[in-house]
Order: sequence, then C-alpha cells, then structure tokens
Amino acid sequence: MHRERIVRMERLSDDIFRMVLQSGRLTESAKPGQFLNIRCGHSLQAYLRRPISICDVHAGDGTVDIVFQIRGPGTELLGEMKPGEEADVMGPLGNPFKPVNPGGSAIVVGGGIGTFPLLYLLRTMPEVKRTALLGFRTAGAVVMAKEFSSVADCMEIATDDGSLGHHGFVTELLEKRLRTERPDCVYVCGPMPMMRIVTEQCIGMGIPVQVSMEQRMGCGVGACLVCACKKRDGDDFSYTHVCREGPVFDGRDIVFD
Amino acid sequence: MPEAMKADLRVDVAGLRMKNPVIAASGTFGFGREYADYFDLSLLGGVSVKGLTLEPRRGNRPPRIAETPGGILNSVGLQNPGVHKFIEREIPFLRQYDVAILANASGSTLEDYVSMVEILSDADIDCIELNLSCPNVKQGGMTFGSSCPGITSVVSECRKKCRKPLMVKLTPNVTDITEIAKAAEAAGADSLSLINTLLGMAIDIETRRPILGNTMGGLSGPAVKPIAVRMVWQVANAVSIPVVGMGGISSGSDAVEFMLAGAAAVMIGTAGFVDPLVWPKSVGEIAGYMEKKGFADVQALSGAIRLW
Ligand SMILES: Cc1cc2nc3c(=O)[nH]c(=O)nc-3n(C[C@H](O)[C@H](O)[C@H](O)COP(=O)(O)OP(=O)(O)OC[C@H]3O[C@@H](n4cnc5c(N)ncnc54)[C@H](O)[C@@H]3O)c2cc1C
Ligand SMILES: Cc1cc2nc3c(=O)[nH]c(=O)nc-3n(C[C@H](O)[C@H](O)[C@H](O)COP(=O)(O)O)c2cc1C
Ligand code: FES
Repeated sequence: MHRERIVRMERLSDDIFRMVLQSGRLTESAKPGQFLNIRCGHSLQAYLRRPISICDVHAGDGTVDIVFQIRGPGTELLGEMKPGEEADVMGPLGNPFKPVNPGGSAIVVGGGIGTFPLLYLLRTMPEVKRTALLGFRTAGAVVMAKEFSSVADCMEIATDDGSLGHHGFVTELLEKRLRTERPDCVYVCGPMPMMRIVTEQCIGMGIPVQVSMEQRMGCGVGACLVCACKKRDGDDFSYTHVCREGPVFDGRDIVFD
Repeated sequence: MPEAMKADLRVDVAGLRMKNPVIAASGTFGFGREYADYFDLSLLGGVSVKGLTLEPRRGNRPPRIAETPGGILNSVGLQNPGVHKFIEREIPFLRQYDVAILANASGSTLEDYVSMVEILSDADIDCIELNLSCPNVKQGGMTFGSSCPGITSVVSECRKKCRKPLMVKLTPNVTDITEIAKAAEAAGADSLSLINTLLGMAIDIETRRPILGNTMGGLSGPAVKPIAVRMVWQVANAVSIPVVGMGGISSGSDAVEFMLAGAAAVMIGTAGFVDPLVWPKSVGEIAGYMEKKGFADVQALSGAIRLW
C-alpha cells in the first residue's frame, strides 16, 4: 500500500478521466501491461480496490498516468478525486507485455478501455515498427488519439457507427493488415469477443499474440483465486488467475468461451 | 506502561498455541506467499491455508466474485492443488516463519474427511480446521455441517484418527447454530471456528444473469459482522470448548468485539483484500486496547462482555 500524490485530473471525454500520479517509485518500477489496485475512497459502496492499468509513464517528470472510464460506484469515486489528494495504490501488479526486439514490428489492437494499457507499451518499443489499431463505439468515445499517433508509426481507428475512421470493427482493420504484413507480435486488449477473434486470426497465421485479460478481482495479488480465467491444460483446461499469472498471457494458452 | 506490564498476547486454543490471537482466514490468504511480500508473516499468530482436498480441484466457473454493500460474494469452489502438494511445497515455505499453520480440510464424502485427517496428522502443521461449511461445492462441506447427524458422523470419525488439535469450522447457514456447535463438541472437536460465509446471491439487472458463474455464493466482509458476533456469542455460551471468531473483522477493535463476545482468537479474511496490513495491524491494536483498559492477559478478554 503506497500513497501516491495526484497532480492532475483531466476529463478526456464524457466518462473517461486521466489521473496523473507523482511517483518516482512507479516511474521506476511500472512496466507496460501491469496494473494498480486502487482504493476508491472509504465508502462501503465500493469496498474493494479496483484494478486500473498503467497507461503511460513519464520518467522525465516522475509521473504516471492512469486512464479510466466511469462504470459504477468505484470508478465514480475515483473520478471525484482531486489534485493534491493521495491515492492509495497497491502495485504495480501482474506480468507485463513482452516487448518485440529492436528492428522488429508490432501491431497493437485495442478496444474501448482496452486501448489504455497499449499506449505505454508502444512508448517502450521505440526501435520497433509500431502500428496501432484502435476501436471505439463512436467518435465521441475516442480518447488519446494524439498520444497514440505520437508513439505509433501508423495508427488507424475504427468506430462501430462509422462516425470516425473505419466503419466497423477493429478486427477488420487487423484482418486487412495481416494480408500484407507479418508482424513479430500482435498485442490485444479489449472486450472478450474482440480478443477471441484477434487471437484466432493470429494463431491461424502462426503470428505470436499476447492478450491482456480482464476479470473481477478480490485481492489482486493471487491469494483469493477469484479472478479465474480458462487456460489450456493438455486436452483439457484449468483455471489460472488474471492478477498473478496475467493479466498478460500468451494467446495460445487461453480458452475463450 | 512499564515493560513488565506489556500485554501478554499468547493464546492456547485447545492445544493450538500461538503468540497472538490473530489468524489469517482460510481462502483469503492463499498459502501465505503472496502476502509475505507485504509484511512479515511471523507477526501473525496463525495462518489458515486455502481449503484443501485429497485431489486437486479446479474450482467453479467465473465470475467468482460479486461486490455488495460492505461485502463480497465468492464462489471459488475450493480450487486447490490437493493436500499432497500442500505438504510438499507449502509447509516448508510457511515453516520459515514463526507462525502456526492451520490446515483447512474439506471432502466430498465421510471417507475423504477421514483420509484428510490421517494424512494431515502426519504433516508438520499445528492444527486441522475441518471445513464442514463451504457453501460453494455440491457435495460435502456445508451438507455435512448443516445437520446434527452429519456433523456428528464426520467429527466423530475424524476424531478417531486425528493426532492434531481438531478445530471444526461451522456454517452460519443453519436454523440454530448452537445445536450444531454442541453436536461438534460432543463428537470430539477440540475447538470451533465460525462463521464461514453466508449463502447469498446477486443479479445483474442489465443482463438478467446472476453475477456469479455459480449463481449463489458466500457473503463475507463488514456486512456480516453483526451476525457473526451474535453467533460467536451464542456458541461460546453453549459449549465449553474454545471458539475462534470471524466474519467481517477489519480492525483490532472489531477483533476485540469478537473476543468480548467469547472468542479465544480471531480470523481475518476479506478486509485484508482492501488493506493487507489489517492482519498485522490488528495485533498491535488489540494490545493497545488491553493496555488502555488494563488487561494484562489477552485470554482475559474472551467473554469479558458486560451484559445488562
Ligand atoms: C487488469 C485490469 C486492468 C484494468 N484496467 C482498466 C483501465 O486501465 N481503465 C479502466 O477504465 N478500466 C480498467 N479495468 C476495468 C475496471 O477495473 C472496472 O471497470 C472497474 O473495476 C469497475 O468498477 P466500478 O465500481 O466502477 O463498477 P462496478 O459496478 O464494479 O462494475 C461496473 C461494470 O464493470 C464490470 N466490471 C467490474 N469489475 C470488473 C473487472 N475487474 N474487470 C472487468 N470488468 C469489470 C462489471 O461487470 C460491470 O458491468 C481493468 C480491469 C482489470 C482486471
Ligand atoms: C474468496 C474466499 C475464499 C474462501 N475460502 C475458504 C476456504 O477454502 N475454506 C474455509 O473454511 N473458508 C473459506 N472462506 C471463508 C473465510 O475463511 C471466512 O470464514 C469468511 O470469509 C468470513 O470472514 P471475513 O469476513 O473476515 O472474510 C473463504 C472466503 C473468501 C472471501
Ligand atoms: S484477485 Fe485474488 S487471486 Fe486474483
């Protein structure tokens, strides 16, 4: 449990906030794909901590960004926090994404709140050819397009309603790219159906794929076994745990259903 | 307060000797490894490990947790690596610390329970906590623990083979917990622990689905505390063996409340998810209360409630 000072709160859209934490400790230790388990105040309406990914790290000024969407009582309380206050965080927790070697190429595929952890991943691979494919519901829900375009060599956006970029799913953008490109790794984070399609596409073509899974959490550290996720185990499956064994997994290991 | 009058926190729960009365509750603390990164496990009196079974179990389908006001519902379903892996891999880890090991044991049949007790009697542990109260498995667990004949048969058969202090963990999902407690005592339990989780349910009204993959689950956390205090008080008055109290404890003050109600020691679970330091901090807070109130021996707190 660490107390980290909030230096800025920014509203990125109707319901998406960026919280900037001043923390030399986090800037030194946080890796892309890891998350913080944050206490959302002392209300018994949001008793448990909430897992939120590391979105970006600025070593220069010692700050770390997390970006979250208001979904329910916990994120609502987080959104009410003010600069100057301290956030009570556990972490960085979980296993990070494994980077592609310098000189290689990577495609990140994100959907909605699943786009957030991919920003820092792209920033940490400066010598890799980076493509960002981002999916959102509608133009109004698109956030951090500028940040992504500054760390990606190429960025494309898809919206469900066609109000910005490609009209349709982000998985269609990936499918098109994979017809002509063969990245060293595809990274995916977003809704389950999207992650399943991307994983199947990549496995079918023999392209390595890393997925960042979500599950409701209790402890966040591997002690309570509530954050179960199906993992291949021979011909059968077993349950692994998103907080400790993940959240990033090799796509080949996960059973989507 | 002079050194000589420092609060004596040692407890002896029917042969389970601990340097203080705070135990991490089963299922919320894994096998201790995860929280060893957060504090020195030797600060605790004991660790009750994740519920063990003869064979490994993979547990229930997710989601396995739902949050409700002041509490959580869980439906883990006793996922564990099996008792043999526990003995091989986890006991040596925990033995690096000066902390009592309570092996929380479950089974689907009477024979399973007896085998578990035989195996664990030969292991380097300090107490067997028979889990006759898990609400998240189809067979065994709560089905034995919620009737007097059920609890009598399991406890008396286990007693015959048990060479460790035998603690029996009770479910609150019964009409009269004192009847069950008395049956466990008569069948040979050395001590009792309570409460396990309260059977509950939550529904997502958007999707109209139960939030838990297993539909129902067990409620724990601050929301259950008044019920737990009441049950500890009733049971402590109904039996003459020691009682270990739990259910929603989030501080040393909460722990004291359970002890005043009659508990000889306490377990803390869910609150540790929010603040892992609640486990070690509660020890100091109990000592602080004793010093403030002039109790020299923590055992004098048990049942020190002043009734009207
Ligand atoms: C590893 C990990 C990283 C995450 N990173 C981010 C992030 O960077 N930004 C962000 O906005 N959100 C992130 N989330 C999701 C975030 O944790 C949930 O949105 C949040 O816990 C909801 O809490 P609440 O009290 O606001 O809403 P609740 O009322 O608890 O839930 C609202 C809705 O969110 C869903 N939900 C609740 N908890 C989770 C959970 N742990 N995982 C998935 N869905 C959940 C519920 O099904 C419900 O539909 C992450 C989740 C995980 C597991
Ligand atoms: C996620 C979770 C898993 C649990 N697993 C077990 C278990 O394996 N065996 C057991 O006897 N009790 C188990 N319990 C019950 C706790 O040990 C305890 O009885 C209950 O949670 C009440 O205490 P609390 O409110 O402090 O958590 C579990 C509780 C939770 C929250
Ligand atoms: S949240 Fe407790 S094990 Fe993952």
